[in-house]
Amino acid sequence: MANNGELVDERFIIKDGDFVVLQRGDVYKAVQIQKKRKVIFEKQWFFLDNAVGELYGSTFEVASGGSLQPRKSKHPEIPAEVKESGMDNRNIVDDGRSQKLTRDDIETLKEQGLKGQEIVQQLVENSTTFRDKTEFAQEKYIKKKKKKYENIITILKPSTRILALMYHGREPGKICHLRYDTLAQMLTLGNIHAGSKVIVFETCAGLVLGAVMERMGGYGSVIQMYPGGGPTRAATDSFGFPEHFHRTLHEFPLCKVKALLAGTLSPDEEGKDSVDGPAAEHLDTTAGQLASSANEQRKERDAEDSSPEGMESSSVEPEDRDKEERERRKENKAQEKKVKMEEKRKKLSAAAALLQGRNADGLVVASRFHPCPVLLTLLRFVAPSRPFVVYCQYREPLIECYSKLREQGGVINLRLSETWLRHYQVLPNRTHPVLLMSGGGGYILSGTTIDDSASASGPQKAEEPAPKRIKLQETNSV
Amino acid sequence: MSFVEYSELIQEGDVAIIFLGHDSMFPLMVQSGAQTQTRYGVIRHSTDLIGRRYGSKVTCSKGGWVYVLHPTPELWTLNLPHRTQILYATDIANITMMLELKPGSVVCESGTGSGSLSHAMLRTIAPTGHLYTVEFHQQRAEKATEEFREHKVDHLVTVLNQDVCKDGFGVTGVADAVFLDIPSPWEAVGHAKSAMKRQGGRLCSFSPCIEQVQRTCAALAEHGFGEICTLEVLLRLYDVRAVSLPLPDFGPDDPSRTDPGVPDRAGPSVPTNTAVTCRTAIAPREMAGHTGYLTFASKSLV
Repeated sequence: MANNGELVDERFIIKDGDFVVLQRGDVYKAVQIQKKRKVIFEKQWFFLDNAVGELYGSTFEVASGGSLQPRKSKHPEIPAEVKESGMDNRNIVDDGRSQKLTRDDIETLKEQGLKGQEIVQQLVENSTTFRDKTEFAQEKYIKKKKKKYENIITILKPSTRILALMYHGREPGKICHLRYDTLAQMLTLGNIHAGSKVIVFETCAGLVLGAVMERMGGYGSVIQMYPGGGPTRAATDSFGFPEHFHRTLHEFPLCKVKALLAGTLSPDEEGKDSVDGPAAEHLDTTAGQLASSANEQRKERDAEDSSPEGMESSSVEPEDRDKEERERRKENKAQEKKVKMEEKRKKLSAAAALLQGRNADGLVVASRFHPCPVLLTLLRFVAPSRPFVVYCQYREPLIECYSKLREQGGVINLRLSETWLRHYQVLPNRTHPVLLMSGGGGYILSGTTIDDSASASGPQKAEEPAPKRIKLQETNSV
Repeated sequence: MSFVEYSELIQEGDVAIIFLGHDSMFPLMVQSGAQTQTRYGVIRHSTDLIGRRYGSKVTCSKGGWVYVLHPTPELWTLNLPHRTQILYATDIANITMMLELKPGSVVCESGTGSGSLSHAMLRTIAPTGHLYTVEFHQQRAEKATEEFREHKVDHLVTVLNQDVCKDGFGVTGVADAVFLDIPSPWEAVGHAKSAMKRQGGRLCSFSPCIEQVQRTCAALAEHGFGEICTLEVLLRLYDVRAVSLPLPDFGPDDPSRTDPGVPDRAGPSVPTNTAVTCRTAIAPREMAGHTGYLTFASKSLV
């Protein structure tokens, strides 16, 4: 154990089964810790067994045979500081022969099981030009070689920061090119916090959902609206949320929204005990319990159907028993299906009950679908004086949304925005912006809902109380 | 009402945001019997506000109307009384995510300033987290304490009136995150480290000048912080408008076909459609080009 007998909160200790993020340099990968399971990361394979019991944030070196060796010293000894250095590069000629070690030599060194650091040392010693390089160039050279030959991996606890960075770096297409600073804006503009009831519609692999859940900390409820057959939650799983977080998570299919709004959501088809209007408030409070009981059921069922299978594989019995077994499994399957249906029905009615109150505290949209119909429809479930935020990779659909919302009313404080993100290299005498910056992190439309119902009796139409502004909107630019 | 919990109806003692129009809002404390003047006329708290739903339209005495909004840290940031330069939502959003704040987080902050970031942090770490905020200016510390009480978040925050560079945060080994917005953050890095939990945590320092960033980064490296990263986020706001682009006139289709003897009756051709209108988003003529550099770092394991 890495903790010297001191009391450390066990949340900070890596356990078998934990969802973790591996880091090497600025590359990340999310994995689940499973003993004796090979993991491939950055062209290397290894086992995570040795990480169990260590603290989150520990660094490891990949040894031969794929085992991880915890690194004891935090600061690696810098290769014997070469104090000699040149002033400029007027005499450095690129003849392609400055490195005396050949490709094969390096491979041999690697095969001998030499540590990355030692290889870097060898490269420095065998470089004829190293001594003539400027101090800065030497540092840069070492840094570059270290990156290539040192196999140091850090194991981190997943968080929105890390997973958003990871997805943006590895699979931006899966998250609609949502950059992490844009995600940060969404969470803040949406006033996402513990205790609220938030509607989320996303096709970002569950990253946005996970980010919202993290900010809510298991308090309140999240209703995920999903397209197609079911919600995608690959990224959400990577957060490794505790069980009680999942009790606050609900889901509702987008294809039933119209029925729900019209009050024709078929109870026979999807939920007998589905909601009737006045009971909605009451159901609202019991929805959490409903979902939790559904979860328990699922757990029980999992336990049930895993045991017979386990036995089967261990004891192979004669043929007649085989038939019996098959029969029983068939029955089990039917039973299982029934339970699943029942569970699904319960889940749906719980989510419907939450939505039906039409008093959600926020709406977060980030999808590959056209945001306009999504926003106009889902806003009807949101209470007045609540923020909403819509992400789109492109600006034009949000311009349309903006115009439609203005026409329709019911919202104020509309804001179309984008953020630019710039990273800096900060080093003594070498501080400057990083060469590459991301060209597009997407656009956000945000605003606040208002209560429009009273305006019917009022003399004016529901618009922003500054008619001058609206006129200005239409004015052509000079 | 509370800054960390939504409520449906406006009650006495609430802070409500009166929305008069785009870019025109102000906060008010709801008190029965009180009146507030606006350019649309007077708002009578007892009849116009108390008991009504947040988000309602309120008709003022002159027939004009306003909306009453539930307070949020973001609305507060736009409306708070400035005692210092403040942080705005764009930077706050990044600070919150990059510091990995969430319900239950314990955070140290200095200085408190006008409390713009403090309110956003409290919103995020509620209901189980805690904020230790240090402000060396006595009057500002007192004013912040008073505001936290008015906003019903005082149970989540401890305000300390001392010099963070000399005396630290008043706590050790408890913080998940530390935020510094002071002129010489490098002098507080050691205190920040000792305020943090043994197993590590995140740090952020906000500085307008690059020289401050350099000294801070050097101090962070010296104290063994890892993952040091400096970034800057710029907000671009767009105005949605309909613009019209006039179409150029290239003359009639085939000039050779017009009879030279007969002068063109219509004169120079006048197409019916001389302009195309399109909806677009226009970037402002001027925008905030710099607020401050955000330097983040992780306290590594010891």
